[in-house]
Amino acid sequence: MSPTPQEYNKMSQKAAPGSKLWRNMLVAFLVGGVICTIGQGAMSWMQSLGLSREDGGAVTSVFLIFLSALLTGLNCYDDIAKHAGAGTLVPITGFANAMVSPALEFKREGFILGVGAKMFSIAGPVILYGSAASVVYGLILAIFG
Amino acid sequence: MELLISLGKAFLIGGLFCAVGQILIDKTKLTPARILVGYVVAGVLLSALGLYQPLVDFAGAGATVPLTGFGHLLATGAQKAVAEKGTLGALTGGLTASAAGITAAMLFGLLVALLFNPKDKS
Repeated sequence: MSPTPQEYNKMSQKAAPGSKLWRNMLVAFLVGGVICTIGQGAMSWMQSLGLSREDGGAVTSVFLIFLSALLTGLNCYDDIAKHAGAGTLVPITGFANAMVSPALEFKREGFILGVGAKMFSIAGPVILYGSAASVVYGLILAIFG
Repeated sequence: MELLISLGKAFLIGGLFCAVGQILIDKTKLTPARILVGYVVAGVLLSALGLYQPLVDFAGAGATVPLTGFGHLLATGAQKAVAEKGTLGALTGGLTASAAGITAAMLFGLLVALLFNPKDKS
């Protein structure tokens, strides 16, 4: 008896479980690498203009967030993200996309509970747990440092 | 030449952070939100242990652009503020250091929502 296409897919996935992961990892590596390279280009440029490392880093983040927001508004970022997986999720552009994308999508639910609230459905937890961890670290430093 | 080397390092380390994230996506059932939270908290932790700053010194944006870099920013902010004004700094440092990025993301999110319309789901 010959397998149905679905069965065949399952069989071939079992036979080569690693190859899809390696392919996805490669794409994520390349796309994420390119985003960080753009960031480094911006950072080097800012420092050549005389900005401190901190300020240069902040301007770089704002620039990448702006790019991500624009591409999200033009519906490009989500198209790239479909293929790039973690390559577009892990950089700060992914964080920005996680705020801008729901803000736009829930516009029809209004600017308070749509845009205003949904913007934080992913960013909220990130900011909450990041801040909480930094407070714990700060308290440890204040007590023992 | 120096610029090319710094770009190459950023590409390599930044790419590696994303490849690790891809393993988490493919091999675990972690949602994107959990992965982002994990990266930020991991960044705070690695930074607190003194392990992240050397990576930033080496790879520049390759270490600051991934979300672990956001955690590093929160941690160094807390560290600096505690050194400057004591215990109160533990509360103010993190968000002060990361204010530019968070505010920019909020502002651009609002602008995009004002200027663009969501795609029809057809």
